[in-house]
Amino acid sequence: MPDWLQLMWNSLGSLLWAALIYTVPLTLLSFVLGLIVGLACAVIRLFGPKPLVLLVRFYVWVIRGTPLLVQLFVIFYGLPSIGVTLDAFTAGLIGFTVNVGAYTSEILRAVLSAVPKGQWEASYSIGMTWSQAMRRTIIPQAARIAVPPLSNSFISLVKDTSLAAAITVPELFQAAQRIVAATYEPLVLYIEAALIYLVISSVLSSLQQRLEVRFGQYGGFLEARA
Amino acid sequence: MIELTGLEKRFGDHLVLKGINLSMREGSVTALIGPSGGGKSTLLRCINLLEIPTAGSLQVGGEKISFQPGTRPPRADVQKIRRQTGMVFQNFQLFPHRTAIENVMEGLLTVLKWPRERARQRAMELLTKVGMAEKADAWPSTLSGGQQQRVAIARALAPSPRVLLCDEPTSALDPELSGEVVEVLGQLAREGTTMVMATHDLRLAARVAEEVIVLDDGQVVEKGASKTIFSEPQRERTKRFIATLTSESASFGG
Repeated sequence: MPDWLQLMWNSLGSLLWAALIYTVPLTLLSFVLGLIVGLACAVIRLFGPKPLVLLVRFYVWVIRGTPLLVQLFVIFYGLPSIGVTLDAFTAGLIGFTVNVGAYTSEILRAVLSAVPKGQWEASYSIGMTWSQAMRRTIIPQAARIAVPPLSNSFISLVKDTSLAAAITVPELFQAAQRIVAATYEPLVLYIEAALIYLVISSVLSSLQQRLEVRFGQYGGFLEARA
Repeated sequence: MIELTGLEKRFGDHLVLKGINLSMREGSVTALIGPSGGGKSTLLRCINLLEIPTAGSLQVGGEKISFQPGTRPPRADVQKIRRQTGMVFQNFQLFPHRTAIENVMEGLLTVLKWPRERARQRAMELLTKVGMAEKADAWPSTLSGGQQQRVAIARALAPSPRVLLCDEPTSALDPELSGEVVEVLGQLAREGTTMVMATHDLRLAARVAEEVIVLDDGQVVEKGASKTIFSEPQRERTKRFIATLTSESASFGG
């Protein structure tokens, strides 16, 4: 076995371990929480009172207009000077959640308003309340068209969690950095880390395809039909 | 049964309904006809409060509600009126993510909280009635327009509304497909279903409705038994309007 392959093999365990206990939980948690934030913001943008709408627009404007890395630094290194000290994982979780929330709120706003108005009216006409119509009619139809853009966000997020290395979260990329510091083999280790990200993203992409097939079962109402 | 008193609807500066007074008996079938933009659809949508009238009052069954400009009536009151009514839309508006029978069950499950088995049974009865029992498990996207509209009629009837409102129920269908919808609505009429329908379809208005109301420019300009209105309209404008409908349906072969 060549040296570089031996090195990859020897470090695989600690890289996977870092992915398993930091990268994956950080991704999953911040995506789920971010989706909740995003859905709330989308609903406010579409149906909420003016002051709240402005607040949400401000939030989206700031988050989309500033680098994620800078946001993480503000939360982890900046907030302690006003007395808010967070451990690295929590700071990362908050940073990613806030970021995912801003981006997905735009996606969710678009897919919610893509459901025809007639579907609301049909729901109301059989006696549903606003929240019943939202839950039973609008969200299920919006979810179907949301799968591809949300998968995009999710896959981006997996890779973006590598930025958490910069605020001392010992996730996959930082684990690679540490081994590089000890072995002076940056090319091998960073390629190995890249491969692991690639595998995770590929698994998620195939999951997306499965979701699309599942949601696609009710026929081509999105395709033009005579 | 249905009582409209001084009903007014304003969109911005535009007064779409100018103080409508109408009443419809239980078991009656009324067709609203008139030129496009005359207020037919808006009137229909005011009866189940998809549009909130700006003034006047509305009674459906035992529920009464009054409107003031600039204020929305309490949600619970709106809900009460809606539960008295069912609606059939021009473009069917079936829920695309639910099968035919699930569409019919939806109101029973979500709104009336019926147990699943009971809802399925009632939905099946209704699908049988509109001749769609065989397609109970089909997705809406696989059905023809006429079939979708018949499922939509079953869905509207499921919660046993006191009145069925039909907004141009045949306009999106070619003459052959609209024939099957007219047939189903005619059968419901004979069984004593109270119906109000906005329509351009003379066949529907003449065959199914016994009363016809002509709306023009937000006002009721003529009303009476469908036989007399179509054969001897009182006003020149109505005469001309009916003449255009007849030539239209002749040119469509209906």
